[in-house]
Amino acid sequence: MNEERIPLSVLAPGEVGVVRQLAGGRGFMSRLAALGFTLGVEVTMVQNFGRGPLIVLVRDTRVALGRGEAAKVLVGRTTNG
Amino acid sequence: MDNDQIQDSKSKIQSPKSKIRNQITVALAGQPNVGKSTVFNLLTGLSQHVGNWPGKTIEQKTGTYNYNGTKVRIVDLPGTYSLTANSLEERIARDYIIKERPDVVVAIVDAAALERNLYLVAELLSLPAPVVLGLNMMDVAEQQGMHIEPHVLEAALGLPVVPMVATKNQGVRELVEAVDRVSQCEGTYAPSRPEIREDHRMVLAELQRLIAGAVPAPYPEDWVALKLLEGDEEITSMIKERLDEACWQEMHAILMQHEDAILAVAGGRYEWIGRMIRAAVARPRVGQITLTERLDRWATHPFWGLLILLGMLGLIFWLTYTIGAPLQELLDTYLVQAGAEWVRSALNGAPAWLVGFLADGVIGGAGMVITFLPILVIFFTALGLLEDVGYMARAAYVMDRFMHLMGLHGKSFLPLFLGFGCNVPAVMGARVVEGERARLLTILVAPLVPCTARMAVVAVLAPVFFGPYAALVAGGLVGLSLVMLAIIGIALHELVLGGEHVAFIMELPLYHLPNARTICLSVWQRLVAFLKKAGSIILVVSVVVWALSVLPGGEIESSYLAAIGRLLGPLGALMGLGWQMMVALLTSFVAKENTIATLGVLYSTGEEGARLAEALSGVLTPAAALAFLAVQMLFIPCVATVATVRQETASWRWTAFSVALLLVVSFAVGIAIYQGAMLVGWGV
Repeated sequence: MNEERIPLSVLAPGEVGVVRQLAGGRGFMSRLAALGFTLGVEVTMVQNFGRGPLIVLVRDTRVALGRGEAAKVLVGRTTNG
Repeated sequence: MDNDQIQDSKSKIQSPKSKIRNQITVALAGQPNVGKSTVFNLLTGLSQHVGNWPGKTIEQKTGTYNYNGTKVRIVDLPGTYSLTANSLEERIARDYIIKERPDVVVAIVDAAALERNLYLVAELLSLPAPVVLGLNMMDVAEQQGMHIEPHVLEAALGLPVVPMVATKNQGVRELVEAVDRVSQCEGTYAPSRPEIREDHRMVLAELQRLIAGAVPAPYPEDWVALKLLEGDEEITSMIKERLDEACWQEMHAILMQHEDAILAVAGGRYEWIGRMIRAAVARPRVGQITLTERLDRWATHPFWGLLILLGMLGLIFWLTYTIGAPLQELLDTYLVQAGAEWVRSALNGAPAWLVGFLADGVIGGAGMVITFLPILVIFFTALGLLEDVGYMARAAYVMDRFMHLMGLHGKSFLPLFLGFGCNVPAVMGARVVEGERARLLTILVAPLVPCTARMAVVAVLAPVFFGPYAALVAGGLVGLSLVMLAIIGIALHELVLGGEHVAFIMELPLYHLPNARTICLSVWQRLVAFLKKAGSIILVVSVVVWALSVLPGGEIESSYLAAIGRLLGPLGALMGLGWQMMVALLTSFVAKENTIATLGVLYSTGEEGARLAEALSGVLTPAAALAFLAVQMLFIPCVATVATVRQETASWRWTAFSVALLLVVSFAVGIAIYQGAMLVGWGV
């Protein structure tokens, strides 16, 4: 079991990542934290068409994020092998 | 719940501790989309007062109910996810609790998203006011297979927890009772409070030591230390002012070292929340595909989502034209014109100026307000419905990539689109936009959306000058308006509002059935706001413009208004326009349709299209006509819109800015078109 660290924006729909870092300013971190994005929390990608905004599920809440915002959320994706 | 019902239970509850209190204040807090306004409406009914928070563009709702002989005043705080100074809403909510010290804070949470919802509660607990928790949407949680035990949660949190289904009027009475109990037992309030993660405890203690004695009166010291660590800008600058230089430097160094401390604070809160709900949520959600997920596959799809959005907008406009427009005409014929006729016949023999003042000035202005109502009702109902169902966030999601180019939030799209019908609901609809800057920007660009009344003027004048190309010109003018909207949007965003990137982070709430009461109340409140505030301004302005158009001699040609038009002559000349055209623009301030009527009077042709067309084509070149139409599209909106801008921004300064901006832009474009045409020798 290895963990690779990738931007949330590259997760495909259905994939799950664990938040490892929020790479933004304090305001950005604070807004995301209030919606449930904290270190160690699981995020499921719900909709991602490769461009434009995307939708994730975090702590039972569906959250829409701009692609730029999602790129600043670094998640660990667990892969086998 | 009816107030009577609350009164009924009066005799059954006899609290031994009951004190004589005449009035208590309760603040209603909660995250967005938790049914907070439904609870507020149930508690207060029609006793609501809607205004703005002092000096802010954010709506403030207050109301009262009576219980056990106590008058309970409820203040509805803005819906916020947390209490850090990320937004104006959050600042208002926390300032209210800290500075106004309500007797009780009622926190409404969504049982189906309990974990995230308790985050706000975790923040509320570090403030001095006692909290009562309203655990709303219990039915939704059950539907999703969750089972929550309120009494276990109550024991864990150490504060009253009331299970509720506000849409079915369940639990409101219990909530009222809990508020009453808590407000009477001062000093016994000792809830469980979240703690910061262990690795940051030392830092927090260090900060507490540094700020000791420097925190101004109503702020709790522990809370201030926590907010400093979270990187809260408002609190940081407040403390910076009060610390001596050495102390501040030391603190600043600590804060810089722990820039991501917010994650430790938030992490601590979520760990605490985890402990609270582990016991209380007896059965977690089962992994089923919910209705929301199924609907969102379509509603948020980049292609189908757009199509659905367009379909809905089409429906709204269809309703407006099939129901709203005929109603508007009926009102105009049977109420306004009949009223004016009645005044004329009743005052037969009275001085002409009095008859004119009442029939043309007063009834004309009041009639204008009244004929707005059908369209406003339709638009406000549509807005309220889409918002209540949860669709608004999807529309915002689908449109966000386009709106972001202008620094606007996706949520600005819907109100702006309604502007094609009428600018008034567009400006008022900006209330759904989160963030003060984004809301202000939406209000400022809304008048650039070409409304039906402007298009009506184009529909009359374009064929006169451009014959078979009229439709093309009309389309071009709409395009011009939208391009100007985009340019001004970008410019305002960059220059005036600081150009900060609007991060797109938005909750997509669960869809739910609309609540008729909530929607009706929101339509009612918006109508009342329009009638009360905008109505009086509209009336005054239309009377003033009427007076200017008949004084001193009774004829518009020799009136003060004509004098002003002549004064503007040189400006008009730059666009190839005579003073009559400038007067027509001025009267369009009362209502856009006035343009045609004024031109009819000034060119002495009456209102018949054919004769007016003939007269106009004699005095205007195609280049000047195009310039006039362009100015007309971009000119100051009608007085109803300006009055609404004033009401929604709560600022004469921004209202004046909006008017000045549109004056400059419209004339600049008009001059550019005319001079450009002269340069290339077209249409002269």
